[in-house]
Amino acid sequence: MARFTTGTNPRHFHRSQIKFYVILTPISLFMILPIIFIISHALKPLDELFLYPPRFFVRKPSLDNFIELFAATKSSAIPLSRYLLNSIVSTALVIFFTIWVSVFAGYVLSKKDFNGKNLIFSLNNLALMFVPTAVTIPRYLIIDKVGLIDNMLVNVLPIVAMPVGVFLVKQFIDQIPNAMIDAAWIDGANDFQIVKNVIIPMVKPALSTVGILAFQMAWNSTEASTLYLNNDNLKTFAFYMTTLTSSTGNTVAGQGMAAAASLILFIPNLVLFIIMQSRVMNTMAYSGIK
Amino acid sequence: MLSPYLILFFLFIAMPVFIAIGLSFTYFNTVQTPKFINIQNYITLLTRDDVFMQKVLPNTIKYALIVGPGGYILSFILAWLLAQLTRVPRTIFALIIYSPSLTSGVTMAVVWSVLFNGDQNGYLNSLLMRMNLIEKPIQWLQSPDYLMTIMIIISLWSSMGVGFLAMLAGILNISDELYEAAYIDGIRNRVQEIIYITIPSMKPQMLFGAVMSLVNTFNSSGIGVALTGSNPTPQYAGQLITNHIEDFGFIRYEMGYAAAVSTVLLLIIYLASKVAWKLFRDD
Repeated sequence: MARFTTGTNPRHFHRSQIKFYVILTPISLFMILPIIFIISHALKPLDELFLYPPRFFVRKPSLDNFIELFAATKSSAIPLSRYLLNSIVSTALVIFFTIWVSVFAGYVLSKKDFNGKNLIFSLNNLALMFVPTAVTIPRYLIIDKVGLIDNMLVNVLPIVAMPVGVFLVKQFIDQIPNAMIDAAWIDGANDFQIVKNVIIPMVKPALSTVGILAFQMAWNSTEASTLYLNNDNLKTFAFYMTTLTSSTGNTVAGQGMAAAASLILFIPNLVLFIIMQSRVMNTMAYSGIK
Repeated sequence: MLSPYLILFFLFIAMPVFIAIGLSFTYFNTVQTPKFINIQNYITLLTRDDVFMQKVLPNTIKYALIVGPGGYILSFILAWLLAQLTRVPRTIFALIIYSPSLTSGVTMAVVWSVLFNGDQNGYLNSLLMRMNLIEKPIQWLQSPDYLMTIMIIISLWSSMGVGFLAMLAGILNISDELYEAAYIDGIRNRVQEIIYITIPSMKPQMLFGAVMSLVNTFNSSGIGVALTGSNPTPQYAGQLITNHIEDFGFIRYEMGYAAAVSTVLLLIIYLASKVAWKLFRDD
């Protein structure tokens, strides 16, 4: 580095980096404040929740809110564990199918020649911008027509096709030399074996990214529960949480429970991302549109 | 092997778009079969829907212009700042800055509505009152004066998503030689370095980031309804196009009309993405 004392991606700490810390620290504090708040709020006993003046941090952490949350749902027709189970099962299915579908689509779009390939990929790129809320109504009609209303699968199928996922995986598979795939062909592997034994091990970083994105989408999704499911037994935890806040509103007991529920909803997101973050960053370097 | 993706793609992504366009030319109340009424919905939208013209459209434009480019520029600046640090602190900061987008803004409405609570127990009210800046609590979320600003802050807060990660990775992958060459060619300051080297070398990631920020903008727009707990939001202060669609589609059951509004929204997103594509494609 010739001119600047601090360059991009430095290897060692240097005094000149201090200014970046000075700028970034307050920004990160602002970013993390609400997150700390959910954690702290969820642990507050009732008297601290409604303390005046309100206090940001918890003094005497307790698990009362969680106990109350589980107790409150015990008396209702559907226990909390049911919502959690629905969320866990549908999220797991979404992750599995999204990865599976994306890797096959990415493989075909990257390594096969056929008519309309470019058209499909550009349609996919266009669909990167797809905003589900804009077409809620037609989606509802289609889901009604294919008979998915009040079907557990409605938590899964509509979000399995993930244009961002196909896009990222395809960009990654583009980096794999054709010679490798040809070699596998000559050894007598079929397409499924190639994907399983050659492609998947090589694009693992991209697949973990797809997995994370799919997880976030499925775990936080309330759309299916709000619109397509009338049977409360099939609704998800994220949806249950929104009902906690809107139906109990600002009532005394509701707030603590809502805080506890939002913590339960948030933690898996964070943990999973922390575990996977290096792979995710790695994938994003290849996110260029070529 | 492509077929599972194609089937799901057409069923849940492409078909809804075509149906929306089709339905937008009909009167459809979800009970009777849609009745073809030509472009009547669009005429109503343009001439008679005062709420749309006076509140929803200006709100959406304001919201999108601030949250879209704002979030985008912010994520580039933050990514660039992070890239100037060594690995371990960079990872920690990146995690913190990314963490808000791990939750959807709507689920976080619980937290925000406590912070902006309208009585003296709200954190912001309490803070301002103790600092003697205000005398009585402000109805942050129910008052049309503040709702939009709060929505924008929350959306910006949660906008450092996938695009931000892509930009960070993009900056880190620019080779040192490029910078070296630039110093020899006489680049004198950081601004020049960013404009002539950093941004051109990561155009693909910049484009990806732009597209993602566009998507995030429209996906986070449920926040107004989530915060106030009602659709329409008080005096339509935080009403965005997507809320308007839900209002007509699922509350008033005027599906045809709602579909026309959806078509307009899709058109807006398409045009915005065209602009992004033009700006960042290197050819």
